[in-house]
Amino acid sequence: MTSNRPRAVLAGHADVAHGLVSAVQVIAGRGDRFVPLSNAGHGADTLLAALRALVADEGAQVIFTDLPAGSATLAARRLQREQPTLTVVAGVNLAALLEFAMQDAPDAAAAVDKGRAAMLAWPGGTGAA
Amino acid sequence: MPLEGYRVDDRLVHGQVVVGWGQPLDLAFLVVVDDALAESPWEQELYKMAAPPELQVSFRTVSDAAAQHAGWASDARPGLLLTADVDTMARLVRQVPAIRRVTLGGLHAAPGRKERLTYVFLDPADHDRLQSLASEGVEIVAQDVPGTRPAPLAEWIGS
Repeated sequence: MTSNRPRAVLAGHADVAHGLVSAVQVIAGRGDRFVPLSNAGHGADTLLAALRALVADEGAQVIFTDLPAGSATLAARRLQREQPTLTVVAGVNLAALLEFAMQDAPDAAAAVDKGRAAMLAWPGGTGAA
Repeated sequence: MPLEGYRVDDRLVHGQVVVGWGQPLDLAFLVVVDDALAESPWEQELYKMAAPPELQVSFRTVSDAAAQHAGWASDARPGLLLTADVDTMARLVRQVPAIRRVTLGGLHAAPGRKERLTYVFLDPADHDRLQSLASEGVEIVAQDVPGTRPAPLAEWIGS
């Protein structure tokens, strides 16, 4: 399934963005809603330039990043300062991306809610029967 | 243990520093030495956002850092000093003779730079600066994350 909607950029460490896009494609067939960018090999300046070029090429209005403390997030925030209409979402997970991919109209806040709700923990016990 | 290291990394405060080094070293503070950043409150806030609340991040010019270095060196808490480029670190080292070891943590590809390691790209000026520091007795190593071996300058500097 393809869409005329501008793709969002997904940027992160090593291959995480490509892996997440691949997972969205396998699960929902909508990997084309995202364009992945790796920070590998980039310094701060070149990563910002790469992100700026991708956003321009895609007409993207949303940038997802993996780690709030990561260089991709810093680059996204710098680009947002240049282009204040951009939305930046850090700490993204697969559930958030799936929600975003399935939306008819982009709603990053709803995707964030879905991603937060998908983080669950079941603490282990002592191991005793 | 005061300052745990002096790291050159063009990404400054980022995941590799905050998580990769910050957690195993239990870092309590980061000192970012950069003349331009020291004058940019917006950039400072951006970098502070990238650090957990318990990790104190401060920004100093080279001259201010030289003046305050003794205080950080005697701090009971572990800390790490960062610069984004070799020139800034070299200027600091020359004002603070107590700095005897510098770690190259990340200098990435850019026009005019040649690859020395997968995460260290140097232009001719930085190449000469590092060799000059080494000739003055400063130990120069490359190490991006804690699990790797610190690679001595002679192994990768080339010609």
